[in-house]
Amino acid sequence: MSAQPPDGEVLLAVDNISLSFGGVKALADVSFDVRRGEIRAIIGPNGAGKSSMLNVINGVYHPQQGTVRFRGETRRRVDPHRAAANGIARTFQNIALFKGMSVLDNIMTGRNLKMRATLFEQAIYVGRNRREELVHREKVEQIIDFLQIEHIRKTPVGRLPYGLQKRVELARALAAEPALLLLDEPMAGMNVEEKQDMCRFVLDVNEEFGTTIVLIEHDMGVVMDISERVVVLDYGRKIADGSPQEVRANPAVIDAYLGVAH
Amino acid sequence: MHAAAPPQADTFPKLLLEHARLRGEATAMREKNLGIWQAWSWRAVAENVRDLAGGLSALGLRRGENLAIIGDNRPQLYWAMGAAQALGAIPVPLYQDAVADEMAYILDNADVRFAVVEDQEQVDKLLEIKQRLPKLETIIYEEPRGMRNYAQPFLHRYAEVQRRGRKLHEDDPAFPQREVDQGAGPDVAIMLYTSGTTGKPKGVCHTHAALITAARGGCEFDRLGPGDEVLSYLPMAWVGDNLFSYAQALAGGFTINCPESGDTVMTDMREIGPTYYFAPPRVYENLLTQVMIRMEDASRVKRALFHYFLGVARRCGAEILDRAPGVSVVDRLLYGLGRLLVYGPLRNVLGMSRIRVAYTAGAAIGPDLFRFYRAIGVNLKQLYGSTETCAYVCLQPDGKIKLDSVGPPAPGVEVQLAADGEVLVRSHAMLKEYYKRPDATAEVFDENGFFRTGDAGFFDPDGHLKIIDRAKDVGRLANGALFAPNYIENKLKFFPQIKEAVAFGHDRDQVCAFVNIDLGAVGNWAERRGLAYAGYTDLAGKREVYDLIQECVEKVNAELTADPMVADSQVHRFLVLHKELDPDDDELTRTRKVRRGFIAEKYAPLVEALYAGKRSCHIETEVKFEDGRRGKIAADVQIRQVQTFAAAPGTPAVAQRKAA
Repeated sequence: MSAQPPDGEVLLAVDNISLSFGGVKALADVSFDVRRGEIRAIIGPNGAGKSSMLNVINGVYHPQQGTVRFRGETRRRVDPHRAAANGIARTFQNIALFKGMSVLDNIMTGRNLKMRATLFEQAIYVGRNRREELVHREKVEQIIDFLQIEHIRKTPVGRLPYGLQKRVELARALAAEPALLLLDEPMAGMNVEEKQDMCRFVLDVNEEFGTTIVLIEHDMGVVMDISERVVVLDYGRKIADGSPQEVRANPAVIDAYLGVAH
Repeated sequence: MHAAAPPQADTFPKLLLEHARLRGEATAMREKNLGIWQAWSWRAVAENVRDLAGGLSALGLRRGENLAIIGDNRPQLYWAMGAAQALGAIPVPLYQDAVADEMAYILDNADVRFAVVEDQEQVDKLLEIKQRLPKLETIIYEEPRGMRNYAQPFLHRYAEVQRRGRKLHEDDPAFPQREVDQGAGPDVAIMLYTSGTTGKPKGVCHTHAALITAARGGCEFDRLGPGDEVLSYLPMAWVGDNLFSYAQALAGGFTINCPESGDTVMTDMREIGPTYYFAPPRVYENLLTQVMIRMEDASRVKRALFHYFLGVARRCGAEILDRAPGVSVVDRLLYGLGRLLVYGPLRNVLGMSRIRVAYTAGAAIGPDLFRFYRAIGVNLKQLYGSTETCAYVCLQPDGKIKLDSVGPPAPGVEVQLAADGEVLVRSHAMLKEYYKRPDATAEVFDENGFFRTGDAGFFDPDGHLKIIDRAKDVGRLANGALFAPNYIENKLKFFPQIKEAVAFGHDRDQVCAFVNIDLGAVGNWAERRGLAYAGYTDLAGKREVYDLIQECVEKVNAELTADPMVADSQVHRFLVLHKELDPDDDELTRTRKVRRGFIAEKYAPLVEALYAGKRSCHIETEVKFEDGRRGKIAADVQIRQVQTFAAAPGTPAVAQRKAA
């Protein structure tokens, strides 16, 4: 683990976010920040509002209150497309890849926002598009090499085992060369070996590309091992925020996870 | 020798320089990187080797010293071999998948000060054991990924070392040539460690002269030269890879191709289409199994077509390949049609469209398997050799192929048989010595300078050598009959359902066996049958699986009756082991040969149960996982009694059920 000093520049700050769906309060007055280059974990019991928080950050949900400040720009409403263009990429809890397309093509879609050629140029593969494809393909190949998925480059994603699909999803997110990477339960449903691989890759991404990472994870071992700071949500509220050791010792967190009568 | 090859070059660095001069722009090496085949010309290779040699020299590598090389088949690691040889140092390639402890022994034994390794994984292994290796001073790594936070002063980046070498070359342009000129044929060119089937691994020292003799002999024998392509994917520490991908490539001047990663070999092979190919039998077997499994899922028409034309090929394909007379016109026409519809596309899928010469060795190959490849037009041949003999003793010549022999002695090789059947070899392609083991060196040569191979065999009437087993493994049953365990195990392993087998019988009254099922083949079979299983251990214990294996064993028993020499070796009882034999647990060597003695000791209760006639036996076994953790597998292993047949030469074997 890289020992980044926790006093780096703030890349993302969410301030007093409240989000409700009808009468259900998903998030209530949540604030925290993410510093450049760190791995920040969001944990909490089921229904605590973790995925909602990610959805607020990349603009899928618009909070009723509060602001999101990313790279110094404060916004109340961002749309996902805009967030992606600004350098926020994410993976999903339920894999959201194009199952019928090859691994390579799936990762290539991660480069879409960087392509400047018009639809017409792309359709007939001339001019700018030709040059662009070469540049993008090279970048994609570097990611394939990085995540060690050369052997499945041409395989349709639907035919891959779950753990590899998760890795392909990470590859696609990386293809956008994000400043901030949001990972929604990257290790869910994996076996021990796959989890170890994924941890290694998350750390490598953070170290090699300097990508800032916000991840939601249930496996406490993983969270304690790889994250520098942890936010704990419970029923939409932030109940703790600090280093893994601090959070683990926090009585409110223990209550939330184990029930009050422990 | 091929027209363009320089006969006067007596070392590999000299050969490299000759190629760079004669065909500087021709492609010497390729490697797939970032999805694209990158190529290096002979000139580029020579320059890279020169720069690395300069850098190594600047770091202090001295003539006569050993340089460890650890990693997958990468051009940069082959250059490291060349660079060491150019300086008169001796490259020592190690198996890249060995765990740190196994490496420690060799690194210590070889007095290694310098190591060139592929990546972080190998660096981590060396760092783990460095405390125990006071002699290891400098580690050079090729792949910088993940190495950012390694600050140790003894770690150097490959590219950085080459940069130092370039600078040295600029300051002293005559340096490389001066170093190369000091080398000569009788110098040791490489040190390869034996797999350690028996005892600790020994370092086999080969001279340039020996390897070049073997390489030139092989190239002439099969007319290999510029324009040929070989895929370098077998471990660099193995004598075969050293001969085919390094020695022969330099002697013959052909192109070597390094795959992108171990997982992509099949795809890479299809893209390259090698003309010259080497693989141990299990690789051919895996390829065939994959094809057969995929064919099962094909449509009915395709399946029918496939099986019909495979029948045609079995009938006449091998004869057509050998240009043997007596193939009917109808068969020739059918075969031609089959080539268009089935064999051609199949060879293309296997990446074997352009293969002119394919070899297999290292273990016995199943007759069906061997015949299959020859039938579809792949010129698959067998050879015989060992680490000590530069893998150059017997070669099957084109057109004179036999299923169960390894061919006549290669040009320049003398083969004799000792009284006890041991194969003795004398040639110039022979080890100089075992490193620091004059006792072992003296032991392996007889008074006439013949090398004792340790294999038992005999010549057939055409002068082709037939190997039956390791000489020391050939034992006797209690009744004095010959017992060649390997022979029986191989017969068992020819069934695709059986992955490994271990036969016991020396000094016993009967033969009994352990079997490992092939998880791929048997798993597929179980799925088709709707037989649910949770993993290897579960599947191995199923009654249906035992029935399946019993059938195989009984077929082997029936076959064994055909030869009176081995008729007594029929398997009486067997069990399916609850875990797969694994090199990580020391049960197999890195080349996947069973360590029979070790297994007999480790599973002693099972062996006893087999001979006590029990019906099942409880066993708990410790296993090592890939990440170094340990665990235990426990199971109740069942034991099956098998039908044996009366040995009645000349008459059909009569079934004779023994009391269970």
